[in-house]
Amino acid sequence: MPINYYIFLAVALFCIGVAGVLTRRNAIIIFMCIELMLNAVNLLLVAFSKMHYKALAANQPDAGINGQIFVFFIMVVAAAEVSVGLAIIVMMYRNTHSIDVNFLNRLKH
Amino acid sequence: MSKFVYLVPLFPLLGFLINGLLRKNLTKSLISIVGCGSVLASLIVSVLIFSETRQSGFQAVNVNLFNFIDADRLHIPFAFQVDQLSILFLLIITGVGFLIHLYSTSYMHDEKDEHFARYFSYLNLFVFSMILLVLGSNFVIMFIGWEGVGLCSYLLIGFWFKTKEFDDAATKAFVMNRIGDVGFLIALFWMISLFGSVNFSDVFGKAQAAPASALTGITLLLLVGATGKSAQIPLYTWLPDAMAGPTPVSALIHAATMVTAGIYMIARSNILYTLAPVSQSVVAIIGVTTAFFAATIAIKQNDIKKVLAYSTVSQLGYMFLGLGVGAYTGAVFHVMTHAFFKALLFLGAGSVIHALHEQDIRKMGGLKRLLPTTHLTFLLGCLAIAGIPPFAGFFSKDEILSAAYARNPIYFVVGLITALMTAFYMFRLYATAFQGNFRGTEDQRKHIQESPSQITIPLVILAILSCIGGFLGIPDVFVRDSHLLRNFLHPVFEHSETLSQTVEVGGSRELTLIGVSVLVALVGVVYSWSRFSKNPELGEPKGFGKVLANKWYVDELYDMIIVKPVNVLGKFFDSIFDRAIIDGIVNGVGRIVQYGSRQLRLLQSGQVGAYVLMMVLGIIILFAIQIILRK
Amino acid sequence: MIPILLILIPLLSGLLSFFLRSQRAAKNWSLISSIISLVVSCFGLWITNESYLHYQTDWIFSLGSRFSVSLDGMSQILSLLTTISFPIIFIATYRNEYPNAKNFYALMLLSQAGLLGVFVSTDALLFYFFWELALIPVYFLSSQWGGERRIQATFKFFIYTFTGSLLMLVGIIYLYFHTRDKSFSIDAFYALRSQLPAASQNWLFWLFFLAFAIKMPIFPFHTWQPDTYEQSPTAVTMVLSGIMVKMGIFGIIRWLAPVLPIGSWAWGDTVSALCVIGMIYASLIAMQQDDLKRLVAYSSIAHMGLMCLAIFATTKIGMQGVMIQMFSHGINIIGLWIVIDLIEKQLHTRKISELGGLAQKAPGLAILLVIVGLANVALPLTNGFIGEFLMFSGIYTSAATVYNVVFTVAAAVCVILSAVYTLNMIQRVFYGNTNALTENARDIRANEKFALIILVAIIIIVGVYPQPIFDLTRHFVDSIISKMNYKI
Repeated sequence: MPINYYIFLAVALFCIGVAGVLTRRNAIIIFMCIELMLNAVNLLLVAFSKMHYKALAANQPDAGINGQIFVFFIMVVAAAEVSVGLAIIVMMYRNTHSIDVNFLNRLKH
Repeated sequence: MSKFVYLVPLFPLLGFLINGLLRKNLTKSLISIVGCGSVLASLIVSVLIFSETRQSGFQAVNVNLFNFIDADRLHIPFAFQVDQLSILFLLIITGVGFLIHLYSTSYMHDEKDEHFARYFSYLNLFVFSMILLVLGSNFVIMFIGWEGVGLCSYLLIGFWFKTKEFDDAATKAFVMNRIGDVGFLIALFWMISLFGSVNFSDVFGKAQAAPASALTGITLLLLVGATGKSAQIPLYTWLPDAMAGPTPVSALIHAATMVTAGIYMIARSNILYTLAPVSQSVVAIIGVTTAFFAATIAIKQNDIKKVLAYSTVSQLGYMFLGLGVGAYTGAVFHVMTHAFFKALLFLGAGSVIHALHEQDIRKMGGLKRLLPTTHLTFLLGCLAIAGIPPFAGFFSKDEILSAAYARNPIYFVVGLITALMTAFYMFRLYATAFQGNFRGTEDQRKHIQESPSQITIPLVILAILSCIGGFLGIPDVFVRDSHLLRNFLHPVFEHSETLSQTVEVGGSRELTLIGVSVLVALVGVVYSWSRFSKNPELGEPKGFGKVLANKWYVDELYDMIIVKPVNVLGKFFDSIFDRAIIDGIVNGVGRIVQYGSRQLRLLQSGQVGAYVLMMVLGIIILFAIQIILRK
Repeated sequence: MIPILLILIPLLSGLLSFFLRSQRAAKNWSLISSIISLVVSCFGLWITNESYLHYQTDWIFSLGSRFSVSLDGMSQILSLLTTISFPIIFIATYRNEYPNAKNFYALMLLSQAGLLGVFVSTDALLFYFFWELALIPVYFLSSQWGGERRIQATFKFFIYTFTGSLLMLVGIIYLYFHTRDKSFSIDAFYALRSQLPAASQNWLFWLFFLAFAIKMPIFPFHTWQPDTYEQSPTAVTMVLSGIMVKMGIFGIIRWLAPVLPIGSWAWGDTVSALCVIGMIYASLIAMQQDDLKRLVAYSSIAHMGLMCLAIFATTKIGMQGVMIQMFSHGINIIGLWIVIDLIEKQLHTRKISELGGLAQKAPGLAILLVIVGLANVALPLTNGFIGEFLMFSGIYTSAATVYNVVFTVAAAVCVILSAVYTLNMIQRVFYGNTNALTENARDIRANEKFALIILVAIIIIVGVYPQPIFDLTRHFVDSIISKMNYKI
């Protein structure tokens, strides 16, 4: 499959994620949208690393491996982020009985 | 002996230090001994040096003490030059100075010990500075003395510092002198750039090779300095105010010595002036105008010291006239005779003031019988200044006037009118104060007594000098080649005299001139004497007399065109320009930054959505820039 | 060895002073330390072995900056001024009580270390470091022990000078990247003058000049000064006006004019015009001041303007005059501050209009003030005359500008104006009759008298026999003028 397809798919996923983050106020949905964006990036990384491998495998056996390693990193970071973020959301819900992010602007006071 | 010339300024300096530092511990008699003794010692040394300079073939001696300033190509030694001119001035300064010191021991006796010592230390410092002024072998040393005498004049005018008017007069004197000094300083810088030196020998030696325009500039600037110190138009107004000081100070500083510093300076740089005829004419015009102008004011003054002050300004004008027409010897001669009779007149006035505690001549009268010695000496002084032969003033004034005639008869005519006015106001003063009936209070009359001998002895000595001083310069018309002073000063002015073609007034014409001037003086004397001894002017002047009595309103004019605008400008700069504009800009920058950040703060709304939106927009903008730049 | 001692003594004793237990000990300790510095600096004058006057070691190796310090003619004279001034300041203000005195004295000593560092460093980065080190303690001193509006005034002072220093830092870094072997050393900077084109010298000039002009200060960058002088405690004002403003002059002579001769030459007339305008402007304002401190502040602006003018005249005579005047101005102005401090401490006012007749109550003080005041108006046989005379001669004979006569005459007007305001001040404060306030004034006391008499002695000795100072700085002046005269 040509690389273009992956790129289009990833861009589409990313834009959906962005739109979600921008428009929704529910913290959990925002989280899910962020995950969506991260995964769009993951998809791209994997796709590109495969492409590189194909192009350079002849004289460089481990070509493109960096991209895949990055993906693992991102997955780990995303998991960590979710755990912290969910904890915050839970705390927020306990305090405000809401998970509307607009409540958070009170932090500035 | 000449190489010990440094002793001359050293003694008064020591006297100043002793009296100044130990002023709280010395008794009055010790203070007097130190004060008078130091000047007497200087006088003795001066006389010894003088006897050496009289020997024929005496060459000017340079005594180098140490390097004062030695930077790059500028070498200014702290050095003294002994020649005929400086030794003559030394004699006048220390001689008259000593008499006035002696006089002061009695005159200032009522002061507290501490102030008595302060007075004598200032007076010694003055003598020291004046000696530096005339002894310096370069213009910088002269300038040191020049400013030093200005300082002492400031300190002594404001000696009774509790009274505000005296302090104002002191400050005014210093500042007006400073204006002149700036002219002097700029002339110095010009000399440095033109000649690379300020030593008399270098400057005068190289002067003939210098461009005439530069010489004219330098001499005019020096003249500015001279007008400040010697109280000439336009910087003369400080001198009458300076009468606020103790009377012996007026006699020493503001009549006999300091004010003649300008004449000394021009006489010293005679070669420069001779090479710059334009400046010479300016000197003459300033001199004759001042002489005339000050005489008109003196006619209507009623304060005994003010009359004498304006007559000093007027006489200094004569000296400038003499310098301007190339009669350098005549000017120096007049400095000398003027020192005698003006010191005499001031000291006489001081004796009157001492006896009466009164300065207004309208409240005097009839002092002839009450103060006989003072009266007689004062009369001799008046005759001398009026130019009656054979008193001292006659010879010197006559020499200047005939030289003026040779240069331009207009100078002579104005000078003659001034001589008439001089005779008139001096005898107005004399007749009002000494003739007629006593007009003071009964209390004053009871307490009047002739002053003690410390006061009368200087008066008598000065009176004798005023009578015979003139015979040092008998005109050639009377006795050929008997002008002792001219012969003595010849080496100093030799060069100038050969450079300028002096037109000698013929014998018979000179006799006519002398006759006219004597006649004019006599008319003034007789008219005044007869008019004012019977019915003196007691009321307030009216009409034009009021303008004269108010000194032509020159002080008011200066106040209006200089002092006020400067103050207004200063206030404007201070309260508006500095605070509002410059500080306004500085604070404005600060305020703009604060305002800007307050506006930027609104972006930080706290809405997570808004931040994300901004982030996304930022990314899109970066993409857009990237794409545009790629193309 | 000497320069490093000069920095270390005040630095270490300053740091130590923070930890002293009693306030009185801090006072005595700082006095002793400052006297030791004075001894060291006099030793530096006396010593003939050149190697004692230089010191070098690695500092920030990776940047090519070395800790190199040395004493030449100008730094000798300025460190002498610094080391003389501090003991005199400590003696004259010995009776003043400060809350938290140990911090006060510690900060004073730190600023001394910074000042000495500025004067001896021959490495641009080191110079910048000390430049800021001198500034920061003064900021704290003024903002903690100052007058009512101290926060506002010191904030203005800090922002002003800091802006200037940052511009200078940019300039230093730019020059650094253009040196041949990436070095901050002064010789490398001097070597640049032939490599930098005129265009870059012209804008670099302003980066440096602004920093120095603010420090001096030169019109129109002066408005921080009267406020800061007025609001700072007087001891700090003495440091500021006596020594710290010399950093500006020093900076121009060492780091600007010889490094960027073409830029200095190109902008010389502009700067000189600013100086002259500032001199007249400040003198006129000084005549209107009722506050003694503000009066002296404006008079200082006029004096600094003359020094700056003389530098840009680029003559040996004028530069020699600047050397001597830097020293003299410091001595004279500290004398004036001591007198003002005494008046303020006992009568609690600085308003000229509220004073009068002090000469009757305090004759000793009056005599000393008159001498210092006369030195301030440059009367002959005081130190002020030597400096001003040489500077004026230099300006008049300058070949660097065609307006030399105009500048001389305009600047000479200030000679008159300075007499007006100084004598007016003396007259209105000391002469006349006493009033209710000054009726109970007392005369000067031993410590203050001692400090003032030393100053007066220096004034007269330097005024009568200035030759040693000429000898000290002659070599330096020759070399700096030859560097400044470099033209393409």
